[in-house]
Amino acid sequence: MSVVLSLIVFLPAVVAAALLCVPSRVPGRVFVGTWIATGLADLGLIVAVWTGLPASGGFSFEERLPWIPSAGISYHVGVDGLSLPLLALTAVLFTACAVFALRETRRVKAYVVLFLGLQTVCLGVFVALDLILFFLFFDLSIVAMYFLIAGWGHGERGRAAALKFFLYTFLGSLALLLGFIVVFLAADPHTFDIPTLVTANPLAGGGAAAGLALLAIGIGLAVKTPTVPFHTWLPPAHTEAPATGSAILAGVLLKMGTYGFVRIAMPILPATWRDYALVVVVVGVVSVVYGALVALAQTDVKRMIAYTSINHMGYVLLGVGAAGLAPGTDEQARQLATTGAVTQMVSHGLITGALFLLTGVLHDRGHTYDMGAYSGLSARTPRFAGLFAVAAFASLGLPGFSGFIAEFQILTGALAPAPIPTAVAVTGIVLTAALFLVALQRLFLGPLRIPDAPGAPRPFADLHAGEALAIVPLLVLATVIGLAPRFLLDVIEPAARTLNQLVAR
Amino acid sequence: MTNENPAALIPELALLAGAVLGLLAGAWLPRRRQWPVRALAGAACLVGLGATVITAATTPAQIVFGAAYAVDTATQATRATVLTATLLALWLSIDTVDGHRRESEFVVLLQLGALGSILLSGANDLLLLFAAFLLASVPFYGLAGWAGTGRTGEAAMKYYLSGAFAGVVMLTGTAVLYGAGGATGYAALHEGLGAGPAGAAAVGLVAVLAGLTFKAGAAPAHFWVPDVTDGTPAAVAAVVTTIPKIGALVGAYRLLPGAIPVQVVDWPLLLAVIAAVSMTLGNLAAFFQTSVQRLLAYSTISQVGYLLMAVAVAGRSAEALPGLLFYLAGYAVTNLGAFAVVAALPAARTLDDYRGLARRRPALAAALVVCLLGLVGTPPTAVFLGKLTVFTAAVDGGFGWLAVLAVVNTVASVFYYLRWIAPALRSGDPAAGSADVVHSRSRLAALTAAAASVLLGIAGGAVLPLLGGALIR
Repeated sequence: MSVVLSLIVFLPAVVAAALLCVPSRVPGRVFVGTWIATGLADLGLIVAVWTGLPASGGFSFEERLPWIPSAGISYHVGVDGLSLPLLALTAVLFTACAVFALRETRRVKAYVVLFLGLQTVCLGVFVALDLILFFLFFDLSIVAMYFLIAGWGHGERGRAAALKFFLYTFLGSLALLLGFIVVFLAADPHTFDIPTLVTANPLAGGGAAAGLALLAIGIGLAVKTPTVPFHTWLPPAHTEAPATGSAILAGVLLKMGTYGFVRIAMPILPATWRDYALVVVVVGVVSVVYGALVALAQTDVKRMIAYTSINHMGYVLLGVGAAGLAPGTDEQARQLATTGAVTQMVSHGLITGALFLLTGVLHDRGHTYDMGAYSGLSARTPRFAGLFAVAAFASLGLPGFSGFIAEFQILTGALAPAPIPTAVAVTGIVLTAALFLVALQRLFLGPLRIPDAPGAPRPFADLHAGEALAIVPLLVLATVIGLAPRFLLDVIEPAARTLNQLVAR
Repeated sequence: MTNENPAALIPELALLAGAVLGLLAGAWLPRRRQWPVRALAGAACLVGLGATVITAATTPAQIVFGAAYAVDTATQATRATVLTATLLALWLSIDTVDGHRRESEFVVLLQLGALGSILLSGANDLLLLFAAFLLASVPFYGLAGWAGTGRTGEAAMKYYLSGAFAGVVMLTGTAVLYGAGGATGYAALHEGLGAGPAGAAAVGLVAVLAGLTFKAGAAPAHFWVPDVTDGTPAAVAAVVTTIPKIGALVGAYRLLPGAIPVQVVDWPLLLAVIAAVSMTLGNLAAFFQTSVQRLLAYSTISQVGYLLMAVAVAGRSAEALPGLLFYLAGYAVTNLGAFAVVAALPAARTLDDYRGLARRRPALAAALVVCLLGLVGTPPTAVFLGKLTVFTAAVDGGFGWLAVLAVVNTVASVFYYLRWIAPALRSGDPAAGSADVVHSRSRLAALTAAAASVLLGIAGGAVLPLLGGALIR
């Protein structure tokens, strides 16, 4: 039995525990440096796992230890083509945030320890193959993110947003737990083990229990994703969180919701998923259009990006919902939709992570997110303007970037099973293009205008090397996936095929 | 009577001996140097714990003293939980009672109350149940008034008056059930009530439950909880909100399926309603409290609501008994941990006084966060596993609506626990100042309890299987 996954997951936690013993008067760079090294080590291990992943699909690098056998709970981890890309994304984003955090000055020790803890739980979610283990990591991610927003967010409003975030997503996670309990009780023998439940398909007969289980799990995941109408916690949480917190929140935590659909809801409740796939599609399309429209109306740049997250996650729902529609008819189309959904998760993580780090730079210089306060920045800060433009074009789905690959696959795959919703969803792309172009125009073109501090005009510096070092790799990866996506798709496709077969049974 | 086997009662006898010897020794020791009484109590608890572990491992479940007292998994688990909780309570109270002129009284009353709680869990006869109720009540009335200041007098009086009322009602209920069923032993009563008048059985049961819900601090007999918790020192509040609950809930679990036929009285529904009302009222009332002890008081009321879910499905789900016992153990450790933090900071009485705690006392703040998130039921703490098992039992036993309500209540409870956690993590000095007096031994107890709450959750796989099995009849 290989322990590499446990090593990947718990390495940050062990480092965090060790850092706790270091006195906090040690310079902050030591803590951040350790964090960067940990992130790189994790990344190295994940690359090793990636190269060792067999092409056949199914779970690899599995570890299973009995934990609470009497309650059907085990420590069961493993990766397949659905989880490995997200695992890699998590490690990449955390390392980028670590590099970005070199400029952090407030309580650096606590900050780094908290982030390392969050890294462990985020990695844990994507390797967990037991519902309770999944729930444990899922729940702890909320706790850690709460402390991050409350402790390093923007003052009093930050604490209010953190509270809203905690209450809302905690409700979601407990709804998820209720759904898990229903599935657990339906299985014979009772178990929380995901592969066992997938094989057993305990609620194949349908009925009220199956519907309630999918409703509870669906609401739990929809809150985290988030989809309309469960999205209201997201904009304040993003706006008030520190830049790195926003990047992780959007890049990793939201993926826990969508990942839950492909890992838990679809394979464990396939018949019920097919019955209600149209609901998922409709919720996805509404999120796409609503998210884009509301984003269009924002004047706060961070809030705008937060709403585009709702838009982008809507495509994922459209993809996974389409996979449940008209099963068995067009194998290839549904395959395309599922693959696209997983690609979209990775793509959104990279691009939105970069965008949030960039808005962090903007706030660092100008102390406001209000787009009206800035104008003509391209002359003063060409590097910042260039990277922001690249990220914005990537986010709106320009060919050559990962977002295009993902959205193209989803829309092509969903067109046959759900033509009308797909047609509506395409308008979301137009809206996103419009809103990003407007934002670029407001921020970077026109006469130079910078929010002044009371008294002397502040220096408005361009991107520092450390900040660029954090953001550029994310955009490079998004471009590489956009130009040469095979290395990613080769991993996702076998797992997506397996998933579609499971949904179609 | 061939089963009058005192060897089966070593933990109970150890507590009794510790209390009696402590009382005698306390009378002879100098007023300011009564620590040997405390040491004796600690030794009694350890002996009791040792005996519990040994008998649980070697002796099969048995009923002793006629049909009066059951020694089975539930009793053994209660013994272990109560004795551990007593040890923890002795520890967290050291700073409060050390050198106090009534130190030995505190220790003796604590032991007698703990003994009453254990007896409540094993009672297999209505008369013994009532005697145990008295034993679990009277010492705690004294304990509530122990500090002897104005506020504790009021708390003790309120506790005593409501307790006396609950006791009279419970005694009446015992008489009515005896009249309806013709017996006081549970097994015989079950048989008798099956043929007896249903109306009388219902009235008698409700009256008996009045006493047990009073001890557990569940609605509608919860009115004493906030006043007693807020009016007494944290060490006393910790005891009265933790130890009697354990016995009362296990006692109810034994009484209901054992003595009351479901077809005569629909007690599962009754218990489900009590559970629902307790958790909801406790949570709503906790929302805007500013006193930490009052907040914890209402939190314990809502916790009893979750615990009663297991009682409501007693006998109908295999998860109910292990869930209840494990949840009780987790609750006891976590709740005592939270009170230990309060006891460690005697000058901090309001939520605002905790402002900036994380900066000045990081370890204590960490213990507080772990215990409060533990009470919410965040994995991997013990209460999470307890809640998981109890929720599963509720869904399994046909009370899905109750599980949904419990989930909603759990989310609501996050709000007021965070009202306490948030200022502790904020920078800045406390509004009242002087929160820097730290009782170091209470602090250590808090850290231990917090660690135990997490470890018990992680080691749940080893503990949970020990708690299974049916009750002995």
